[in-house]
Amino acid sequence: MSAAPGYNFAYLDENTKRMIRRALLKAVAIPGHQVPFGSREMPLPYGWGTGGIQVTASVIGPDDTLKVIDQGADDTTNAVSIRRFFARVAGVATTERTAEATIIQTRHRIPETPLREGQILVYQVPMPEPLFRLEPRVAETRRMHALADYGLMQVKLYEDIARHGHIAISYNYPVMVNGRYLMAPSPIPAFDNPKMHRMPALQLFGAGREKRLYAVPPYTEVRSLDFEDHPFRPPRAEAACALCGSRESYLDEVVTDDRGGRMFLCSDTDWCRQRREAAG
Amino acid sequence: MAYVAVKGGERAIAGAHAWLDELRRGDPAVPELSVAQIEQQLSLAVDRVMAEGSCHDRGLAALAVKQARGDLIEAAFLLRAYRTTLPRFGASTPLDTGAMRPIRRISATYKDLPGGQVLGPTFDYTHRLLDFALAAEGAAPPPPAPRAPAEEAPMPRVTAILAQEGLMARETPSEAEPPDLTREPLAFPADRPLRLQALARGDEGFLLALGYSTQRGWGNAHPFVGELRMGEVAVEFAPPELGFPVEIGDIAVTECQMVNQFAGSRTEPPQFTRGYGLVFGHCERKAMAMALVDRALRAAELGEEAAAPAQDQEFVLYHCDNVEATGFVEHLKLPHYVDFQSELEKLRAMRRTAEAAREAAE
Repeated sequence: MSAAPGYNFAYLDENTKRMIRRALLKAVAIPGHQVPFGSREMPLPYGWGTGGIQVTASVIGPDDTLKVIDQGADDTTNAVSIRRFFARVAGVATTERTAEATIIQTRHRIPETPLREGQILVYQVPMPEPLFRLEPRVAETRRMHALADYGLMQVKLYEDIARHGHIAISYNYPVMVNGRYLMAPSPIPAFDNPKMHRMPALQLFGAGREKRLYAVPPYTEVRSLDFEDHPFRPPRAEAACALCGSRESYLDEVVTDDRGGRMFLCSDTDWCRQRREAAG
Repeated sequence: MAYVAVKGGERAIAGAHAWLDELRRGDPAVPELSVAQIEQQLSLAVDRVMAEGSCHDRGLAALAVKQARGDLIEAAFLLRAYRTTLPRFGASTPLDTGAMRPIRRISATYKDLPGGQVLGPTFDYTHRLLDFALAAEGAAPPPPAPRAPAEEAPMPRVTAILAQEGLMARETPSEAEPPDLTREPLAFPADRPLRLQALARGDEGFLLALGYSTQRGWGNAHPFVGELRMGEVAVEFAPPELGFPVEIGDIAVTECQMVNQFAGSRTEPPQFTRGYGLVFGHCERKAMAMALVDRALRAAELGEEAAAPAQDQEFVLYHCDNVEATGFVEHLKLPHYVDFQSELEKLRAMRRTAEAAREAAE
């Protein structure tokens, strides 16, 4: 339970943690609003989760239990690497069980097991700006957020439907938070979006390279953008997990040969394990 | 099952690190490269890593080059990740590059000028012929190069000479402590100290291409190298408890002052304007490119049309950082199969819709 010598607990110095915590407090106070922060250079590359790592490092304490997932799994290389980083610099307990974790850092998924009060879900965010594909200038998108001027996004969704019959966004699907701010949920599949709505756990988002933090406090309304006649309908593979038989969980498609053979498996490895253990 | 192999894990990472160590060392029959050798004999690589790593420490930069197997962006990244853990004491007083004893100082705008032209150690007039004699090791070190006796005369900066005549637009002086982009995120519009800071640690290749683009009509530049100087300059710091500045050391820098035309505006007479570049170590190409881009980024404040990429603050400043850029580009090799799965299902659904529409039409 001891941290790496030569480094402060959880790597960041206390002044940096205080700066990040202040930004997080502001983010929690204004749900969905992007707060600029003095993102530090981390010993892991940008794009590997530097924002999430800084958030985790700022909120983690010696009594916390950390779970890290990437693509829903605890055993993907980047999840292993980040978990080891915190085991090394903070000496905290780590777990692969969603229910046991107090902090869960994630890339691209929300666990299938419903989160509870007191847990913190930390998202790694590549592009915090939900409008960036429509307007690349940050100065301009800031103005649009200030005026809640989100017509551009509504028009994009409408054009998708007119052109393809569907809203052609399957992940990083934009959401309205607390009826005020348009927010990028990070590249989670749209399948996971409904889990954000009134989630009992605190959701924190860190974008290291873009130097932005944002948050969704517990029990906050999070609605995926849609239209009355084209309600939000996230895609999921029409299959059951080959290991646990789940028909509710999000599935990864695994190609098994070069003749079109494939199988589907739970992306959330902890969920899949729980179900197999329960089935005996 | 193939599935197990896809999800690598701890052993794969440990194995990759061991293999990387082995490749870094290379053939054990070849003597190991020392950090001192890198610092002395690959000094321009060390300089570039110091500049883009924003940390003036030749020893650490040389170590980073060694650890990164010569990958200079990776080395700059290593140095930055170290630098960010250091406490910040404050801002130094502005460097007085006018007081520099340059080892090189040239002007392209005046044949001769106070202090003279000092060619110094430059590749400029070498013939780029591979020197096969260098391939043979163990040769005696070259004899010391002849140097002109140091002139006692001061070396005023060319832009100051022009400014005396009122031909060079004066910069607005400011006593404000410059912002620190390693502590506070970029905000737009970014003022000049912040822009220069971003450019000083920006990628040499990116700035080179942008500077080049301004010369080729993408930004309406008419630059002259007013002056280029490199050498050691003293760093002074005024600790609050002392209240006066003390010298804390010397650093090597390259400074470029680019002189550019300006047609004048309703409030300003026609005059020259400055593009400024200042880089750690001997990084002449970078300093010149930086000066071109700095001037291009002033288009808005000078009331010029700003349509070229080099004149666009957000475009230049958000994309000039190679550690950020390499991270985001290279993260694409991390797993994305959850999102890809969503895309697969969405694409299949859209194809079914299109198929159904086609069948209905037939």
